[in-house]
Amino acid sequence: MRSPSPVVVHPPGRMIRLLGVILAVTAAMLGVFALSASPAMAAEGDPYRISGNVQLDGEPLEGVELVIDGPGGKQTVETDENGQWRVSVPEKDEYTVTLDEDTLPEGIAVVDPEDDSPNEKEVTVGAGGRVSVNFFIGEGERNVTSIWDQFVQRTVQGLNFGLMLALAAIGLSLVFGTTGISNFAHGEMVTFGAVAASFLVSAGSMALPLWIGLPLAVVLSAGLGLVLDMGLWRPLRRKRVGVVQLMIVSIGLSLAMRYTYQFFIGGGTTQLPYASAPKLSFGPVQLSWIDIASILISIVVIVGFALWLTRSRLGKATRAISDNPSLASASGIDVDYVVRVVWIIAGGLAGLAGVLYAYYRPGIKWDMGAQILLLMFAAVTLGGLGTAFGALIGSLIVGVIVEVSGLWIPDDLKYAGALVILIVILLFRPQGILGRRERIG
Amino acid sequence: MDWIQILSNTASSILSPATIGYALAALGLAVHFGYAGLLNMGIAGFMAIGAYGYAISVLSFDLPWWLAAIIGLAASAVFALILGVPTLRLRGDYLAIVTIAAAEVVRLLFLTTAFDDVTGSADGLSGYHGSFREANLLPEGTYGIGPWTYSANDWWVRILGLVTLAIAVFVVWTLMRSPWGRVLKGIREDEDAVRALGKNAFSYKLQALVLGGVLAAAGGIVYALPSAVSPGVYVTSLTFFVWTALLLGGAATVFGPLLGSLIFWVLQTFLSNFLPALVQAGVLPFMTQIQAGTLRFILVGVALMLLVIFMPQGILGNKKELTFVK
Repeated sequence: MRSPSPVVVHPPGRMIRLLGVILAVTAAMLGVFALSASPAMAAEGDPYRISGNVQLDGEPLEGVELVIDGPGGKQTVETDENGQWRVSVPEKDEYTVTLDEDTLPEGIAVVDPEDDSPNEKEVTVGAGGRVSVNFFIGEGERNVTSIWDQFVQRTVQGLNFGLMLALAAIGLSLVFGTTGISNFAHGEMVTFGAVAASFLVSAGSMALPLWIGLPLAVVLSAGLGLVLDMGLWRPLRRKRVGVVQLMIVSIGLSLAMRYTYQFFIGGGTTQLPYASAPKLSFGPVQLSWIDIASILISIVVIVGFALWLTRSRLGKATRAISDNPSLASASGIDVDYVVRVVWIIAGGLAGLAGVLYAYYRPGIKWDMGAQILLLMFAAVTLGGLGTAFGALIGSLIVGVIVEVSGLWIPDDLKYAGALVILIVILLFRPQGILGRRERIG
Repeated sequence: MDWIQILSNTASSILSPATIGYALAALGLAVHFGYAGLLNMGIAGFMAIGAYGYAISVLSFDLPWWLAAIIGLAASAVFALILGVPTLRLRGDYLAIVTIAAAEVVRLLFLTTAFDDVTGSADGLSGYHGSFREANLLPEGTYGIGPWTYSANDWWVRILGLVTLAIAVFVVWTLMRSPWGRVLKGIREDEDAVRALGKNAFSYKLQALVLGGVLAAAGGIVYALPSAVSPGVYVTSLTFFVWTALLLGGAATVFGPLLGSLIFWVLQTFLSNFLPALVQAGVLPFMTQIQAGTLRFILVGVALMLLVIFMPQGILGNKKELTFVK
């Protein structure tokens, strides 16, 4: 056991102010230590206490080792069955608490984006004589994970996110292509899918089994698209309202829908069943079966949609309208009917994206769709406004960028990274990757 | 139900810094959208830069309040230049997406824990009132009549806010009657025609973006003066609320933004007092007081839709001078 250091360490600011006092105190303490033969040992009877709680998603973790170092010597403590630990210390002073990450379950780490060594914390036992230390425990990469493994893991996560984003962005792009509306309420159509799913499958309300409830939520979302078209957008088309006005109408709609969700579900976050399914390891990549299902569903739906768009009569008509509405109308295509189908599809895809996003985040919140609205716009613009395949490619790029950029920039800035890229893309290639130059006008 | 209290709070909001701040921001937006036809959906970003520029200058650099305010305005002008130079060549709805994205980037930069020392991240900034209150010309005490009774410090904020607003209105009013303003309106109506007359449309639009951005930043500073700067304020909803206020009053008018902001805040304050009181009195048994508070934001959204569809020129606007030309 290390012998205690007799020098009291204070923050530099206080040092200047209290220099005289400290000198006196230090001298006095040096005297005390010189007199006392045995070093002050930490013991159960010591007056001050450092304690804490180690939990993962509300579940206590037992048997996690922590080392507390400071005046009174080094102490090692394990969490009990409630995840709690406490040590007694002899001094009101600074202590270093280190959580031994090897004693955490597999795949779990102390996460704190601000801190290079998040498992180590400095605490000061203050005037009250008690201090509690909490660590942010979560599923994350320990510092031992190589940067390459993190890169692979984040790329796979990003593809998952990108595919989900693509489902939403394709609808946004189709609507823009056929009607010219930059639909700011599209995020709320995404939220609708998640809220509907929550209503249908949550234990508190309908409690339907997942395999009925989730598809039903998607059907309801498609219904929302139909209702919006019949109740709002078609009358406005008849009235020949300009696209800028339509855009601001969609902003009003977005506000109204967003706060309607808050009205009914409140400001908190709720979870769908199986939202915290255990992760399976595939080499460096960790995915739950929900993640895998999400990826597979996205791919199947996107491929199905692509076939519909390229092969079916209606799909071809949709592309014709995107290309040139008046010409399409003149060649006998029922524009109103096709646009209605587009709204139904956009609603359904957005609803599906909402369900998957509720698992990806995880959680359902009243403004969850609004949070990714700009990422959808980024994806659509990146790929080329009004082109469905551009939206897919743009979404995948945005998804991967958002996740992978977290390796280098703080996690709370990762959306900002994608938005900066949106702005930069618009500067150099405003028509997007697959767009044509004439569209920017 | 305490009608006196509800009406008193409502009347008090006529002179609140929030109303004055919104009026300044909406006036800036009127320059952007109403006169120059620029679809700026990032007005919240300009307001955030003004408010943070002011607060950071005071807190981190110990500058006097008037210099801090100038720095806030200058930072916003620089932001307008950075944003405008590359994006003003884009078509309307592209500009909307770029500006809303830029405003979000600004907000996320103020929110991130990476710059916690300077920006206070999620807690925001407060405690920057020292030199501003020392400069107060009014002696200590409370002044005013009825609902408009405030302390000397509160009056100081309102007086400076109103003076700023008066100057801003005068500047915009003069400019829009000048040849410069006519060129700007010409660009809104038909950019190609103005260009054919030999005017540099891009330069005019950039000047309008900077002028409006500085006004919005002034609004952000006035909004933040009485209490604190919080990143939760500068969300996209703030942009949409300012748009609602602008379109309500009339986009292509000088006094429309003022009237719109006034009506917006008077109604907001009235509803935020009246609806929970209705719930308390048992008139609306199917909702809680919190839900009643949310209801007024739903109404803002519905009002915005109805305004744009049925009265796009706003209350003071001229139907012939519709700003939704494209």
